[in-house]
Amino acid sequence: MLQGLCVMAALLAAVALFGVVEQVVSGAEPAISRFGISFIWHTEWEPVFNRLGAGTALYGTAVCSLMALVIATPLGVAIGLYLSMLAPRRVARIVGPLVEMLAAVPSIVLGLWGLIVLAPYVQRHVEPFLHSLLGFLPIFGPPQTTGLSLFTAGLLVTFMVLPIISALSRDLFLTVPPELTDAAEALGATRWEVIRGVVLPTTISGVIAATVLGLGRALGEAIAVFFVVGDGAGIKASLFAPGMSVAARIANDFPGAITNIQVSALWYLALILLVIGFATSALARSVARRFDVGLVLGGVRG
Amino acid sequence: MSELVDGLVPDPYAFDPTAPLRASGNLRRRQLVSRMLVLGAVAAAVIAVASLLLVTYGVASHGASALSFAFVFHNASGFAGGGIAAELVGTAAIVVVGALIAVPVGILIAIYLSEFAGPRSRLGQGVRVMLDLMQGLPTIIVGLFVFGLLVNHHHTSGFAGAVALSIVMLPLIARSSYEVLRLVPGGLRDAADALGVARWRSVLGVILPAALPGIVTGVILALARAAGETAPLLLCSDVFNAGQTTINVFGVGMPNIPILILESSEQASPQGLDRAWGAAFALLGLILLANIGARMLLARSRKRLGT
Repeated sequence: MLQGLCVMAALLAAVALFGVVEQVVSGAEPAISRFGISFIWHTEWEPVFNRLGAGTALYGTAVCSLMALVIATPLGVAIGLYLSMLAPRRVARIVGPLVEMLAAVPSIVLGLWGLIVLAPYVQRHVEPFLHSLLGFLPIFGPPQTTGLSLFTAGLLVTFMVLPIISALSRDLFLTVPPELTDAAEALGATRWEVIRGVVLPTTISGVIAATVLGLGRALGEAIAVFFVVGDGAGIKASLFAPGMSVAARIANDFPGAITNIQVSALWYLALILLVIGFATSALARSVARRFDVGLVLGGVRG
Repeated sequence: MSELVDGLVPDPYAFDPTAPLRASGNLRRRQLVSRMLVLGAVAAAVIAVASLLLVTYGVASHGASALSFAFVFHNASGFAGGGIAAELVGTAAIVVVGALIAVPVGILIAIYLSEFAGPRSRLGQGVRVMLDLMQGLPTIIVGLFVFGLLVNHHHTSGFAGAVALSIVMLPLIARSSYEVLRLVPGGLRDAADALGVARWRSVLGVILPAALPGIVTGVILALARAAGETAPLLLCSDVFNAGQTTINVFGVGMPNIPILILESSEQASPQGLDRAWGAAFALLGLILLANIGARMLLARSRKRLGT
């Protein structure tokens, strides 16, 4: 009886999940038949002329997510190491929850903060600094007037990904058998040598899976990105130019979408996002499977 | 921690610890490298904590001036002034209705995974994959789904928002409850079985009560997460009649805090921005307090379970 109820609950969740997929696919159908596969790389988004393409938004999503991962992965792994092996227990018990609480900051609050506090700061200080230092790279072009850019959006997404990667890698490092680290220490290895020689090699696949899970969060973030990405058209070389992301495009356009084809194109964007999301999830699972980290990674709370 | 989910047994001794541990022979250099990297790890932790403090400080310093007794307990008045009482009530109603859906379903799924599905059960594996996928759903897509299901051809409502939030909360609640249920000592189950107690009775009478504080913690964290979700509400519970207190979740639109912040911040008037900051401060404060409370509860129950 109770078992039957439990199975029904699981079935209900499954129905919801299939419902999501079914809705998204059927909503996207008109746009798929009209724009075809080239929708993915067309960069125009002009609803008035029915010239719609996902290129700009996909590029923005890719840039923001990549930037977040490039910054958050080393930082997150370092925090995981600090919390699991280096910090005194009492410090770790305070710092650990603080890091996790960064993930609890709602994206709307982070977005507002990003718009009013972070973007002007980035525009005034970070962009000129990076331009003067690394301006020979086209991605660090001249600063823009507002600070609303893919760069700022990427920074904001970093704030959301960092606690996920930190908490997961901390839990991973805690699963390393103490006999292994003790043995290495007994052989005279320094802290860093223990970490590099024992801890990281035994957990590397888990760390990769944690990064991919962080990526999943970064890809789907709509509201915070929507606040600071600046709604730019086309693909620009400079990170400091305004852009758009897939999820932010949906949040931005859907409530005001008028024509059926524009609505359908937004469902098409959602379909692309869904496919990418499921692919990253499958990737994380298959990497995690190589090492028994499924349990730890299952505990991700975004 | 080491109990296996997927039945894969990792062999901790398979990897050869001698290989990468060749010393350079220069102890001073080795220790210097080590110390630098430890410092780097400390710096990373400082950066993370500093960013939390920066965001909290930013929100608090902008929002504190707006926050007052009247702001919390009065409704909006005029174009961009007044309080946020209606939105607070609306957010609470949406989250509570969402929880009424997500909590029972989530806990039942967790009970199924921990008590009825064996570690090698095919269905159990499938349910786990499904929870993973649900948790990975971008919330904006959840919003689109509920929009198509309940809003399109009808109207936006608090109930639609609640359904969307329940989909966001469900995997979080199922996952955290499952983890807590697994921590319940096997001896309790064995004792109940030995007394000839039926499975459903031992689950309801013995196992759930033992795991309750942990489950409550997970539920609070999920509620805190849902309270700040904006993307689904943008599509499901957008409002034009802001500032009217209502708990009728089936009515047209329902004022709520996240949408208030979004719309006030787009008004481009100093008053609107003040309102947005005040509401953001209230929301962030509530969520952080809920987080701290939930964690304290968890720590206490962990101590009691002896894990």
